[in-house]
Amino acid sequence: MTSAIEIVDLHKYFGELEVLKGIDCQVAEREVVCVIGPSGSGKSTLLRCVNRLEEPTSGTILIEGEDITDPDADVDRLRIRIGMVFQQFNLFPHLNVLRNLTIAQTKVLKRSQDEANEVARAVMERVGLLDKIDEYPIRLSGGQQQRVAIARALAMNPDMMLFDEPTSALDPELIGEVLDVMRGLARDGMTMMVVTHEMSFAREVADRVVFMDDGVVVEEGPPNETLTNPKTDRARRFLRMVQEK
Amino acid sequence: MALKPRQRRRLIRALMYGIFVAGFLLTIIVADWARIQRLFFNVDVMQQMLPDVLAIAARNTLVYTAGSFSFGLVLALILALMKLSTIKPYRLFATWYIELFRGLPALITIILFGFGLPIAFDGFRLPGGTLVTGSLALGVVAAAYMAETIRAGVLAVPRGQTEAARSLGMSSSRALASIVLPQAFRIIIPPLTNEFVLLIKDTSLLFVLGTTPLTKELTKFARDFMTTTRNATPLTVAAIVYLLITLPLTYLVRRLERRAAVSR
Repeated sequence: MTSAIEIVDLHKYFGELEVLKGIDCQVAEREVVCVIGPSGSGKSTLLRCVNRLEEPTSGTILIEGEDITDPDADVDRLRIRIGMVFQQFNLFPHLNVLRNLTIAQTKVLKRSQDEANEVARAVMERVGLLDKIDEYPIRLSGGQQQRVAIARALAMNPDMMLFDEPTSALDPELIGEVLDVMRGLARDGMTMMVVTHEMSFAREVADRVVFMDDGVVVEEGPPNETLTNPKTDRARRFLRMVQEK
Repeated sequence: MALKPRQRRRLIRALMYGIFVAGFLLTIIVADWARIQRLFFNVDVMQQMLPDVLAIAARNTLVYTAGSFSFGLVLALILALMKLSTIKPYRLFATWYIELFRGLPALITIILFGFGLPIAFDGFRLPGGTLVTGSLALGVVAAAYMAETIRAGVLAVPRGQTEAARSLGMSSSRALASIVLPQAFRIIIPPLTNEFVLLIKDTSLLFVLGTTPLTKELTKFARDFMTTTRNATPLTVAAIVYLLITLPLTYLVRRLERRAAVSR
């Protein structure tokens, strides 16, 4: 079976600085992989390379067997299959929630407005915010905005979802509602790659945890091994620091 | 005599008020009010100017402004996108264009369009008379200023907006048209309105293109009326009409700017 995401020997430089130093990593279909590690370790860059928001310097990334790093790849078409959720939500402030959810459906997938509206209502129901569908993003709390952002990605019927620290910009009391939605997605079998600092979420939801430090994958495995009995010193140190917090 | 700082401040303040009031009173006493009234606020002359000052002159001013603004805005958008382009010749061209037309007096550009083109292209004349030639010339100048405004607006939209749009499968041009530009224009409505006000006043330069009774804008109309009546009232009337158009617009800009500041 081909992996949903297969990353082979990925390198990324920002100028002189090597941020990713040869990453190999797979995400299977219906698998939830949490990427953890200290800030500056390259987690977000790795995630952003997967849908080529960041241009890899070298290496290959296959999306369901198709090479997205190929210069001739139709990146726009491949991105439709990859939903992405950002730390800063990035909802479109000039559009109301419904239009946020339908604009790409109509312009990219060429769905009719009626069909798009219907899909939008269904995904808003799924994230529990159907009553906010006519609001503008600015009127919503951070947690609600992030749930709308998840709904916006879902409306495109992606095969997989990337989450770039989806709760890091949220007030502590709003984190739970977003994690609940993500838990629901995982339960429904969505393929997910999640960069996160929420260790309890990783422990509970992830099928596999990837620990990154300084541009390399230091260790990976099931959460109850990697998060409980890490094999490497670096992972042990990081986890101790996180738990002391 | 040593004054305490507070007394000193009071004295200076009183002096400044005094100078102002004295100047004001002096003007009122010295001025020949009957003469001023006759030459600048002459009701007879005002009546003679109606209805043409509104039906022809003010109307032409507004039509020329609208023409040059719409043409200038389209051109400015193209230039702004060229300046933001990854293609170097586009960037260079836009930069040179902007520097050139911001550096020249608008009058020179207008004369170039009105009289330079026919010389350069052996009698070629733009169709459509003052409206087209004038709108093109003023639009070309205004575009240089507005291009920088639009570019600033585009750059003010957070990068995350483009990234979110691209991650949903939108092409870069689609993301620009549907996501970035609508937000950019919202940001730059106040400075664009300012540019519109500047254009209203710049249409007074279009007289150099030559006029007929039907193509005169406010300033030219007023000057000609001044010559025939040997009276300055037409200037006063033109000034009032200009202010009636520009003051509400500048007021609107202030309101929009305040609203933008609040929502941020």
